[in-house]
Amino acid sequence: MNAPLAPSLVRRAAAAAAVLAALLVVPAVAGTYQTQLLTYGLTLAIAALGFNLLLGYTGLLSFGHSAYFGAGAYAVAFMMRYLGVSSMELFMLGGIAFSAALSALFGIVCVRHTRIFFAILTLALSQVLWTLAYKFFWITGGTDGLRVPFSKVTLLGGLVSFPGPDAFEKFITSYYYYVLAAFCVCVALMWLIVHSPFGKTLQAIRDNETRARFLGVRIWRYRWLAFLVSGIFTGLAGSLWVPLNGLTTPDVLYWPQSGKFVFFAVLGGFRNFTGPMVGAVIFNYLEVYAVAVTEYWQLTLGVILIALVTFLPAGIVGAAARLVDKLKRRRGAAS
Amino acid sequence: MSLLRTERLRKRFGETRAVDDVDFTVNEGEFLSLVGTNGAGKTTLVNLISAFLSPDSGRIFIADRDITYAPVDERIRAGIARSFQLVNLFDDLSVLDNVALAIFAREGKSRRIFRLAERDVAVTQEAVELLGQFGLGGKAEGLAGGLAQGERKLLDVAVAYALRPKLLFLDEPTSGVSTRDKAQIMDTVSSVVRAGGVTAVVVEHDMDVVFKYSDRVVVMHEGRFLADGPPEAIRNNADVAKYLLGTDADA
Repeated sequence: MNAPLAPSLVRRAAAAAAVLAALLVVPAVAGTYQTQLLTYGLTLAIAALGFNLLLGYTGLLSFGHSAYFGAGAYAVAFMMRYLGVSSMELFMLGGIAFSAALSALFGIVCVRHTRIFFAILTLALSQVLWTLAYKFFWITGGTDGLRVPFSKVTLLGGLVSFPGPDAFEKFITSYYYYVLAAFCVCVALMWLIVHSPFGKTLQAIRDNETRARFLGVRIWRYRWLAFLVSGIFTGLAGSLWVPLNGLTTPDVLYWPQSGKFVFFAVLGGFRNFTGPMVGAVIFNYLEVYAVAVTEYWQLTLGVILIALVTFLPAGIVGAAARLVDKLKRRRGAAS
Repeated sequence: MSLLRTERLRKRFGETRAVDDVDFTVNEGEFLSLVGTNGAGKTTLVNLISAFLSPDSGRIFIADRDITYAPVDERIRAGIARSFQLVNLFDDLSVLDNVALAIFAREGKSRRIFRLAERDVAVTQEAVELLGQFGLGGKAEGLAGGLAQGERKLLDVAVAYALRPKLLFLDEPTSGVSTRDKAQIMDTVSSVVRAGGVTAVVVEHDMDVVFKYSDRVVVMHEGRFLADGPPEAIRNNADVAKYLLGTDADA
């Protein structure tokens, strides 16, 4: 039996539709560069969604999600270089399969631990992968990485391709809508997951592991499944990111990439659904413009991080939600 | 007919014999109180039976099935559920979700990943009804963390009860609440549990509560059973008077 949709769900769907409408007109009103930046932001937002299933909903802080992002990116590069694949749909399937296999394997090692032990294990395993990407340079291209030129990528089963020297603008516009569609599907799927009995069970484990165990929940199985789903989303993000970047290098497997995912969550707020996505998009702009303004861009980001943790521990979206609640209560008290 | 049986169950912490070769039987349908001074071994005994701790030796049977080394989830499937001395809830989830999660777990629906939890009417309806039985119907939408202490105690029991156990262990369900709330909690718990035909073992310190609500009382002292019988017999037991009630007849 199904219940009717709650009014809050209808309101949220309306808000999501408004955001989607705004995103749909971006290529028409913004230039190619801004569209490209937002495409980067959306791919990172998908990674943030996956990352936050672990941090925000399961209570596990991973410092190794670069592994799954990199797995998705390298899967695309390998498929293009060694199998001659050009279809973005096949790339995504390959990225999902590769990151799923990797997160399933790493998850078995990591999910029996929590807190610092979990964080260190995820970090260590991702760094093993980073080292392998350097050492097996005849496969991975070593520090030079592997090129994934957009001109060799086709979308929608080969219906859309980008031949010729002037195809960049067309690629950016088409690819923006392609990534936006993937982003919408990911958001809808993740929304369903975190509001499903499985998602609620993850939150229960996060809040009180002992009690969850005494409901008969096999904790590590649920954590492993969350780890797997999280890895798949992050891997898909890596697959979508690499044609945009045109190249994948071992840097995507290195720990600062994992640190970025943590930054997304802290910036936007990891105790709400939209926070990490908003954090990812804002971080992308921050990084790009901070690099353009100063060579000490990491310092700028560091100061922002300290300010966030000190003054906005709930992140931008968390703080905004609290402000709205406060205003509502004040209005309610006044009327 | 006995529902639960332990044979020479033992647990030591260093030199301390917390549970010392205990043979414990719980009969089907009874409301049993487990009492004793602090450190008598009551909670340790419950922890051993519910798989919170592993015994050093001895056996545990539920309906003649050996569950001595069964993990928690297997014991729950066998019909054992428990509440906790220190309230153990999912504070950041709603009161309704706390109970619904137990129902999802019981029904094997916890792994459903592509379906909204709130759209499962059968589970939601059962959770709402159960909260109503425990007097928490009006609090369903609020966060569990926002409940008053007495309500939290009731919700703790409701979550365990939602697993539809055969045998429910309640570890000090009235600790830390006012005298008035104690009576309300015990009235509610005993009526729901009895109406549901669930066998209950209550760990309790308050002897007024024990004598009022129990069918049978088991008294523990230094890891062993000191007395076992109906409330009136326990009230008049000289050993119990000496060690527990502080009303030594010889004094």
